[in-house]
Amino acid sequence: MAVKQEMLVDKDYKYGFRDETQNYSFKSRKGIDHDIVEQISVMKKEPKWMRDARHRALDIFFAKPMPPWANLELLGQINFDDIFYYMRASDVEGKTWEEVPEDIKRTFDRLGVPEAERKFLGGVTAQYDSEVVYHSMRRDLEAQGVLFSDMDSGLREHEDIVRKYFGTVIPAADNKFSALNTSVWSGGSFVWVPAGVHVSVPLQAYFRINAESMGQFERTLIIAEPGSFVHYIEGCTAPTYSSNSLHSAVVELVAMEGAHIRYTTIQNWYKNIFNLVTKRAVAHKNSHVEWVDGNLGSKLTMKYPSVYLVGEGARGDVLSVAYASAGMHQDAGSKMVHAAPNTTSLITSKSVSKGGGRTTYRGLVKVYEGCDGVKSNVRCDALLMDEDSRSDTYPTMEIDAKNVRIEHEATVSKVGEEQLFYVMSRGLTEVEATTMIVNGFFEPFVKELPMEYAVELNRLIALEMEGSVG
Amino acid sequence: MAHTILETRDLHVSVGDTEIIRGIDLLIERGTVHALMGPNGSGKSTLSLALMGHPKYVVTKGDILFEGRSVRDMSPTDRSLAGMFLCFQYPSAVPGVSVANFMRNTLMARHKGAAPLTPAHFKKLLDDATAKLHIDPTVLRRYVNDGFSGGEKKRLEMLQALVLAPSLAILDETDSGLDIDALRIIAEGIEAQRSPERSILLITHYQRILNYVRPDVVHVLVKGRIVKEGGPELAKELEAQGYDPLIKDLVEA
Repeated sequence: MAVKQEMLVDKDYKYGFRDETQNYSFKSRKGIDHDIVEQISVMKKEPKWMRDARHRALDIFFAKPMPPWANLELLGQINFDDIFYYMRASDVEGKTWEEVPEDIKRTFDRLGVPEAERKFLGGVTAQYDSEVVYHSMRRDLEAQGVLFSDMDSGLREHEDIVRKYFGTVIPAADNKFSALNTSVWSGGSFVWVPAGVHVSVPLQAYFRINAESMGQFERTLIIAEPGSFVHYIEGCTAPTYSSNSLHSAVVELVAMEGAHIRYTTIQNWYKNIFNLVTKRAVAHKNSHVEWVDGNLGSKLTMKYPSVYLVGEGARGDVLSVAYASAGMHQDAGSKMVHAAPNTTSLITSKSVSKGGGRTTYRGLVKVYEGCDGVKSNVRCDALLMDEDSRSDTYPTMEIDAKNVRIEHEATVSKVGEEQLFYVMSRGLTEVEATTMIVNGFFEPFVKELPMEYAVELNRLIALEMEGSVG
Repeated sequence: MAHTILETRDLHVSVGDTEIIRGIDLLIERGTVHALMGPNGSGKSTLSLALMGHPKYVVTKGDILFEGRSVRDMSPTDRSLAGMFLCFQYPSAVPGVSVANFMRNTLMARHKGAAPLTPAHFKKLLDDATAKLHIDPTVLRRYVNDGFSGGEKKRLEMLQALVLAPSLAILDETDSGLDIDALRIIAEGIEAQRSPERSILLITHYQRILNYVRPDVVHVLVKGRIVKEGGPELAKELEAQGYDPLIKDLVEA
């Protein structure tokens, strides 16, 4: 079985013992080794099991090669010695608005992002003035018994829950970057929803004010107890700027019997970013997990939100869109692992490439022996804006059960001369026409978003098209 | 206001290396309905697409004047905003964009810098036009031409012509492939557009639409040239004799 509900990390692991009482004056330096990992853990005053887990993960990171199927030409550009793996709030705030690139500031202007939020998103400050919003939302959640905090606080205040689930959905050894994340993680969200509780407002990481929330190695853990519902939203359509070039998050979701988790991401990374994220959910009996995942920007994104359907009647949906322009490669897709009968999965992937951008769909549907009554539907649509752009599809199906229904459909289309001419002949400029066609292509994704995100995303696509045409 | 709405002067149009339109002189006056008839392969669609500025249909010689101004170097966008409209024979689908959204955008393109289009005004425009063309209003929520039948596409083209109210509507075989009821509705749509301010160039292979729409002038296009012009009686003549005598004349000439 692919899913093991047990701790990967040996609790008696002895590596890297340090005197906890020693007063560390933390000075961030570049590069990664056991000293850095130790310092991070001590700074955070973590329990020993977590510190050991970090050290062990670091060894896995060192030992593991890059995934051989990946775009190694780009991955090879990552210089692990030239990265700050941990920055405290004070370090982050040390940057100035002047250091944020002009094109990002312009985009903020045109998206109409308020001043305070710009500074937050630009990485200039990790805090902004919506404490009131945040606190009133928190009180409602507390009344329902929902736990929602940053991951560091989650570990401090609810160690029992974190310890029970941390690394069970995505073990450190899953891949090189999940190992890296496990060793240096900081920030991210911790969510626990009690049985039967329906969280009516989407939980937004955007509003979770915390020094480390926009970290480069955030770690998110969401547990939905039986019969509960939660919608979690991360990201923002404004470009997320960071001087650090590697973003490598791990997101673990656990949907207990009859629970429903929806996880929405829209991220628009700056063009220097490597965005290498591992996202996976375990779906128990009759539960439902939905990933709604939008990837814009970045130099290379590798992200395959997955659902391990381990309980009968569970359902997993992934709706992902990717947009790649010059110098970008969006390598995205999904994994659906059917490990119980009568489970259902639906993967819808849509990508747009322009100006030499590259998109890849990479997906796996796996059905274990004896899992009868499985239904899976995969649909990938790629839109190419010009001759220079590229799109590839790598679907993998491993079906070891009978009486299953598996469907796969892939299309590649071009913004054709005829289509463009048709729209322009109605009085729209080439930019307006192209924007309309691309927005239409993304419509199935956009209509799943809360209104304010949908509006911003449409505006963002319009901005992107202005840069590409004419 | 100029009396002539559209004029082509010795118009030559090529697609790739092939010359398809070989010297056409057309003169369409404001408020008139012209029918351009011709057999398959005579260059009817080429002419309509070249008039609208399709990049593949290159004007190699001569000129197109709209309201006295050359549009030879104008984009399709600007030709549209100037008041030209093409009902496509094969309109493209725009998946994910609803008809209502599409129409709002095309109308807004005409309101730039002018009074904004109010939602109430927009709704009235669409309600009136859909009623006139007997179009089920639920079509407004569907994606533009996505999964539309041939007849639905033609009606949507007519709907746009009604709403955008161009001073010249070019109808490229809008009547083809329609059953008699649909044909009648399209014909009513054309008649509804007839006004002293608006002109229509009706491009067709068949005479039957002219039973419902009376043209002021009929032109016959054969092998990229206009070989005959006349009044409505010319269409009747063609119905009786077909195109063959005209083609034969051309070969013998």
